[in-house]
Amino acid sequence: MTELTNLTVAELRDGHRNGDFSAVEVAEAFNANIAAASKLNAFISETPELALAAAKQADADRSAGTLKPLSGVPMGMKDLFATKGVQTSAASKMLEGFVPPYESTVSQKLWDAGAGLLGKLNLDQFAMGSSNETSYFGNVISPWRREGSDAGITPGGSSGGSGAAVAARLCPAATGTDTGGSIRQPAAFNGIAGIKPTYGRCSRWGVVAFASSLDQAGPMARSVKDCAILLENMAGFDPKDATSLNLPVPNWEAALSSDLKGKRVGIPKEYRVEGLDPAIDALWEQGMAMLQDAGAELVNISLPHTKYALAAYYIIAPAEASSNLARYDGVRYGLRDLPDGAGLQDMYAATRAAGFGPEVKRRIMIGTYVLSAGFYDAYFTQAQKVRTLIAQDFAKAFEQCDLILTPTTPSSAFALGEMQADPLEMYLNDALAVPASLAGLPAMAVPAALDQKGLPLSLQIIGKAFDEQAVLNAGLALEQRLGFHAQPAKWW
Amino acid sequence: MAIDQASVKKIASLSRIAISDEEAAAMEQELNTIIGWVNQLTEVDVTGVEPMTAVIPNELRLRDDVVNDDPLTGGNRRDDILANAPEPQHGFFGVPKVIE
Repeated sequence: MTELTNLTVAELRDGHRNGDFSAVEVAEAFNANIAAASKLNAFISETPELALAAAKQADADRSAGTLKPLSGVPMGMKDLFATKGVQTSAASKMLEGFVPPYESTVSQKLWDAGAGLLGKLNLDQFAMGSSNETSYFGNVISPWRREGSDAGITPGGSSGGSGAAVAARLCPAATGTDTGGSIRQPAAFNGIAGIKPTYGRCSRWGVVAFASSLDQAGPMARSVKDCAILLENMAGFDPKDATSLNLPVPNWEAALSSDLKGKRVGIPKEYRVEGLDPAIDALWEQGMAMLQDAGAELVNISLPHTKYALAAYYIIAPAEASSNLARYDGVRYGLRDLPDGAGLQDMYAATRAAGFGPEVKRRIMIGTYVLSAGFYDAYFTQAQKVRTLIAQDFAKAFEQCDLILTPTTPSSAFALGEMQADPLEMYLNDALAVPASLAGLPAMAVPAALDQKGLPLSLQIIGKAFDEQAVLNAGLALEQRLGFHAQPAKWW
Repeated sequence: MAIDQASVKKIASLSRIAISDEEAAAMEQELNTIIGWVNQLTEVDVTGVEPMTAVIPNELRLRDDVVNDDPLTGGNRRDDILANAPEPQHGFFGVPKVIE
């Protein structure tokens, strides 16, 4: 039998259902892998006892004939989702030791579906970063390495712990959140799949807020089918989130089909950005041929405002962050720094200076600046207008096509420390992921191939709002033709 | 327009983040780089374009006006709410004296 930790979510669920193995065996296997992988620093807290308790319940449910959709499947949660009784830190000093008295809607749905918690996964602090280097608890190290080199590689960000843990077989799947690529970029860097659904599909309730008009949860796993299974159990209307979509959750898994007959796939010329790795360009061409082979028709499209997406994002996201992070004041929860004889205002300033890392401070300050009197219209309103234009670009393109195929990132993963000097250089990494975020569209990263250095490359599929099914189907068609089964050689 | 060190300190103060002179100097350069880069947005013609308010069309709902309709977010949760407070006192959030 294949090692349990090499099985996909679908295989674990079905194998448990068929009685091939017990859920306790599965949980113990993953707990053991996690315990032996501390070098990767993928977890901020480990909860082997919770994974085991859920597994025992799954085994009992099997005996009683009351199996649930995810019975027998343990998983990791990005440490941005509030988990009752388990520290939820957002990888910050500010929230170190914060133990929520409630459960986020998304995690509650997963537990109700029978899944178990293996632990809380590391991320960029408050989900702000693309390399995992802004975590207060130290960066995750990717399980992948360049051929012939021991240099530490970034797992991407912000859901870097999720990406690394799934690739390293520490968990079969994990949750991520995507504000400007934070599911897709780490999925790409780690050679796994990940989908950001339409904005509003998954409840934001209980997810530590970064930029509320962009934040969206989604699954990260090793196959397209696993993403469909998990998304079905994460999505759904939630009255506690004002922007939650009041729509039924489709049976994405049941409707999976790699037959793309009648589908038109748009190829946007503007995504052939400067600095695009030639290997990725070649892979993109290959992806086009594969979708044609699956029955789709290719259409050249134009998304003329693509090059402005990143700049608009770096106004809008920090503006929303500066407002959302105002709650960390040292009064109600989290860190308090009260210098001797300090008053209330000094306490706020000292607490926030001590509790936030440099990238978080930088973004709060940019946000404060672009929202301040005299600059609001020039920056924030202008960026919101450009955001409208970007959404209109997509709307026009979708008159000609049903899906869009692009690369996920302009290059494979970089080495840790390589991009530290210049925050701007780091931001450019998300150039191909951000436009779909600004337009609220479903988008998926599909693992595609290894480059010459032995690091994973990825293709992105963007769909119409609410049409996750078409995205997943195209993902499946690519997956079947790409035959990507590479996994990192164990060194940790 | 370039951001000088005085502006950096003003922004830090508005953000309620204590900042040293050294940090302000480093931040001055970083903010100028980033703001200089986002200035490219001024070249976009936005005549007649409405700023984005909702990315996916959605109706803003009103909840029923019922006290404690949802026991999770309703009242009577004082101890839960104070459980993570750095300085709870007598069932309240404790803060430094604000009135002399």
